[in-house]
Amino acid sequence: MRMNLSAWVVILMLLPGLLKAGSFIASDHPSDDGTAIDLSWDKFGSDHYAIYLAKRDSAGVWIRIADLTPADSAFTDKSDVVPDMSVQYLLRATSIRTGRLTEFYADAIARAQWFNYRKLPLLILLMLLNGAVIYYIIAAKRGKELFIRKINGLESMDEAVGRATEKGKPILFVPGIGDLDDIQTIAGLTILSQLAFKAAAYNADLIVPVSKSMVLSTAREVVKEAYLRAGKPDAFRKDNIFYLTDDQFGYVAGIDGIMVREQPAANFFLGTFYAEALILAETGFGTGAMQTAGTAQPHQLPFFVVSCDYTLIGEELFAASAYLSKEPNQLGSLKGQDMGKLAIVLLILIGSAMEIVGQHWFKNLFMLE
Amino acid sequence: MKRFIPLLITFFVGIIVISSEFIPHKPFSSVNEALENWFMIISGFAIILGQLSLLRVNGFRVAEKTQNWQYYLAGLISFTLMVLFGILWGTQDAAGLLGNSEKLASQLGSKPFEYLFLNVYQHLSATLFALLAFFIASAAYRAFIIRSFESTLLMIAAVLVMLGRTSVGTSLTAWLPEGWRFFHLPNIADFIVSYPSSAAQRAILISAALGIVGSSLRILLGIERSYLGGSD
Repeated sequence: MRMNLSAWVVILMLLPGLLKAGSFIASDHPSDDGTAIDLSWDKFGSDHYAIYLAKRDSAGVWIRIADLTPADSAFTDKSDVVPDMSVQYLLRATSIRTGRLTEFYADAIARAQWFNYRKLPLLILLMLLNGAVIYYIIAAKRGKELFIRKINGLESMDEAVGRATEKGKPILFVPGIGDLDDIQTIAGLTILSQLAFKAAAYNADLIVPVSKSMVLSTAREVVKEAYLRAGKPDAFRKDNIFYLTDDQFGYVAGIDGIMVREQPAANFFLGTFYAEALILAETGFGTGAMQTAGTAQPHQLPFFVVSCDYTLIGEELFAASAYLSKEPNQLGSLKGQDMGKLAIVLLILIGSAMEIVGQHWFKNLFMLE
Repeated sequence: MKRFIPLLITFFVGIIVISSEFIPHKPFSSVNEALENWFMIISGFAIILGQLSLLRVNGFRVAEKTQNWQYYLAGLISFTLMVLFGILWGTQDAAGLLGNSEKLASQLGSKPFEYLFLNVYQHLSATLFALLAFFIASAAYRAFIIRSFESTLLMIAAVLVMLGRTSVGTSLTAWLPEGWRFFHLPNIADFIVSYPSSAAQRAILISAALGIVGSSLRILLGIERSYLGGSD
């Protein structure tokens, strides 16, 4: 008896486990660390199927990993996938009407990749931005005149130190509740260096209460070096830079107490701030101190704007050290940042226009996942 | 040399961390986690520094009987009590040197450390947080005083958002026909929060992100050295 090819295929499909189905494909998930496998298959035409995915574990037992619907056609397995190990998958569909079983098998090996291609646009943007920064640093070093807009909050530093000296009151510097792994804290500490230098030069007292031990040792080193640079190492008082507590509101209570008791002439809040921002700034306002604040937390900025004389908004906090140093190479980096900002504005405008005309590829280019 | 070696370490670690963002292959994929663990270990040791500073500064002020020395004494007593209770009778799950203090726990309802934490510390913390409500009121009063065109806009937007979030605001514009839905106060409030306010916040975030890139680059290249104590 002679059978045609399609009849053979039907028979083979009915015999579970005999063949890998061409419609069920397992492949390595691209651009990852070798811990995911992509599975895809042709959609089941009918709704009358109960479908699930299973994979064979190291003991050879099939473990069910997902229950699917007939509308599904893809799945990414991220459960216990080990790089360079072959994994076998089973896609089993049972017809609810007839009870007929259909099984597909596939296997794949997950491999760790040496480059994440999905982040290529991000890398290009980063390189362009870094290129602009480095270009302007070199240009500034060669003597090119660069215009940097005036930042009032930073211009006020001399005024604050002068005021503290005149009144014979201390200056309070609060680096926020972030630890040393937070760039805002580091930005705050770089400003502290400049402030401590000026305070040393004018013989003004500087108080720095901190909430993290790592920040304590760094702040002490920063202030000590600033006093050395100012030629006043003897004026440095180690105990003026002290640890209060790691606790958010305990820290606030401690600083509020200092503000009320010591009545500082000037307060600087520069770093990471959350709910404590307004409590600090309002207490400082109540004591009549001249206040300068800066953070990159957008939700806390309005509070600082209302309660402080000067506020460094977002990038101004990070630009502060470069701005105050007046060194050409640091100012060059600020100019480079501005060029980056221009590029971002252009990309936003292009992206908005593309979305309006229904072209989504440009937006998708910058989507990481 | 005192500056050169830290700058070199900063540069190499920075480059490795940036690379790990784009290279999923080992060892780069696990670098961030390893560095975070290192940071935690160093932080753990640094806590001792903080506590020593706390004891030294407060102890000195109490010993010298400086102005308001009583506050510093209160701080020292609180610190010592919490540490002692934690060491002797343990914290939530961990046992202390004297075990789990079943007897004390049955009398207090919880371990001594936990008792102080729940009945003293949490209440003090909540009280201080509650002060925020009064500070917001005083800050809002100053913010809404009409001094310029901008502050007038701010006040109008704030009043619309506040009204839109209350039942009074909803009932005030409920009579408007369906075709004028946009002018219902809750919808105006949603519009202000979702569009102009979000746009401004995103602008700040984008500029801050650019600032972080520029700042990081300055640190990596050794141009910014203030965090090491100086620029020499």
